Amino acid sequence: MSGENILQVTDVSKTFGGVQALLKVSFSVQQGEVFGIIGPNGSGKTTLINCITGFIKMNSGKVLYKDKDISNMAPNQIANLGLTRTFQIMRPYYSLPAYKNLIVPLFSPRARKKGGWRGGGKLGDRGTVSIDILEEIGFERDSFVPYKLASSLPTGYLKRLELARCLALGPDLILCDEVFSGLSMSEIASMVPLIEKLQMDGITLVMIEHRLRELFRVASRVMVLNFGEKLTEGIPEVVMADERVKEAYLGSEKLLDYSFEA
Amino acid sequence: MDKNPGTAERRKERLDRGIKVRTEGIYAISSWQEVSYLVLPRLILIVGLLLLPFLMPSLYWNRVISIVGIYALLALGFDFLAHYVGLVSLGGSFFIGVGGYIAAILNKSFGLSPLFTIPIATLSGAIICTLLLLPALPLRGVYFAIVTLMYPLVLFRIIEALNILGGTDGILGVASFPNTWVEQYLILSIIILALFGLRRLVNEDIGLVFRGVKDNDQAVRASGLSITLYKAIAVFITSALGCLGGAYFVHIYMVAGISLFALDYSVIPIAATVIGGGGTLVGPLLGCFILVPISELLRAFGTLRIVFYSVILLAFIMFRSEGIMVYAQRKYHQFERWVKV
Ligand SMILES: Nc1ncnc2c1ncn2[C@@H]1O[C@H](COP(=O)(O)OP(=O)(O)OP(=O)(O)O)[C@@H](O)[C@H]1O
Ligand SMILES: [Mg+2]
Repeated sequence: MSGENILQVTDVSKTFGGVQALLKVSFSVQQGEVFGIIGPNGSGKTTLINCITGFIKMNSGKVLYKDKDISNMAPNQIANLGLTRTFQIMRPYYSLPAYKNLIVPLFSPRARKKGGWRGGGKLGDRGTVSIDILEEIGFERDSFVPYKLASSLPTGYLKRLELARCLALGPDLILCDEVFSGLSMSEIASMVPLIEKLQMDGITLVMIEHRLRELFRVASRVMVLNFGEKLTEGIPEVVMADERVKEAYLGSEKLLDYSFEA
Repeated sequence: MDKNPGTAERRKERLDRGIKVRTEGIYAISSWQEVSYLVLPRLILIVGLLLLPFLMPSLYWNRVISIVGIYALLALGFDFLAHYVGLVSLGGSFFIGVGGYIAAILNKSFGLSPLFTIPIATLSGAIICTLLLLPALPLRGVYFAIVTLMYPLVLFRIIEALNILGGTDGILGVASFPNTWVEQYLILSIIILALFGLRRLVNEDIGLVFRGVKDNDQAVRASGLSITLYKAIAVFITSALGCLGGAYFVHIYMVAGISLFALDYSVIPIAATVIGGGGTLVGPLLGCFILVPISELLRAFGTLRIVFYSVILLAFIMFRSEGIMVYAQRKYHQFERWVKV
């Protein structure tokens, strides 16, 4: 079982003061799949990512990544193992141009050991490599956009920059915290093939999303969180038919805008 | 601002000068005009600094040059740490004290000449300062500043109370430089090297990591880099500059006393950065060349000079809060025009 599981989370709990943000959440992610995490606002999705990636200390529980216990490791050590994450609240380096934002992850021990992007050998200096990554993620190569200050980029590009920062590390698993939110329909439409391409490149993805329809186009399995507890898990159609899930989402406009294409 | 009647209907537009754009890449070497656009400001700075010792009216003012140089090292370090790494340090007197005492001990107890004491004090002092500041690195903003300020106060009291390292008298009879020309030109060369070295560093890849730590330390951690490590490297660089200044100082005055821990070394570099323009590196350096001599001129007024000093500083903060060099660089690189809105 654990041979094909790239990530195995067991009984993770976290309280903030009196608030039970997570209660004994367990799930596992298989190598190569796109795994969705959904749930109403404040259900603990971001907290779960923070616990897995070491940004906050969990109260109890265990996280295995590639069969290695990473429960108490520092975020930078975890990132160097190839487990990266995006931030729901985007965190670019505003005072640097977009392409220089990527020099930072390219400077990490992991990227340096790989000698470039995804072990591509000597691909030239880091500036060139970052332009390549940005092109791959949807920045037009011959435009001025990669050279613009991150502070002047619109949301769509900042979301892509978040993903690009993960890619620069040459990751095996990316935890995406709402990469679709705040984007227009057409921007999302252009992001979906990107996600599919990452999957084809062998990268495993965990995606927190409120945009269920778009999520279900790429995710093979989803897990539902509610008030810090796991409600259910399974293929999207089955999960969304579940009465408890409908109840959790009751009154939330997010469900109203969801419908199956089938 | 200057003259902007009716801001409602028009605003100032700033555009990069054509020559600035043209000189950004390899094309800079395409004509003499462009080469001089790039080289001239640097040349004027270097030549100006190297001419200074000749222009001084008396030996007393030659000595002031060396002191300015020491403050310039502190100001460069402060500006680097504050504007490129995001750590506000009040540790100037800490670095001066540690570097100064090490150099004095090496000279008096081990008989080493300044040629050796200065480099050794710079390196070992920087290591000691960095190690002592290591626990404070996770602290943000004012808390880090407080710790950097606490150490010199503590060391001052320890030396005083235990009567070690010469106690309140200090370590006397430290070797001096061969002559005043060596003394001045060595420090001037050092600050020129430090200035251009730091300017280069902040644009290298590791410099971008430093700036990333300032902009957004969580993203740096998510990028697989230890923020503590890079903060420590930056603190090492800043304390090395400060310890170098301290070692230099004891060889100028031939004494290492508890006055090395004076608050001036922590405060004046910050004032110089405010006046010169934070984040420009060259600005704080020039700020020292303005502030320190003024402070010397005001010496005649005794303790009242603090008042004059504060007034000058206040005036700057209120009327030119961006600092001299930020203003000058903008005028040099961009032109302005009024546009109707
Ligand atoms: N640093 C914190 N300190 C205190 N409480 C927190 C902190 N972070 C999260 N919480 C609380 O934990 C709960 C879960 O928050 P979390 O951000 O994980 O939800 P989420 O599922 O990501 O929500 P959203 O869909 O709005 O992003 C919320 O009640 C929130 O108020
Ligand atoms: Mg969230």
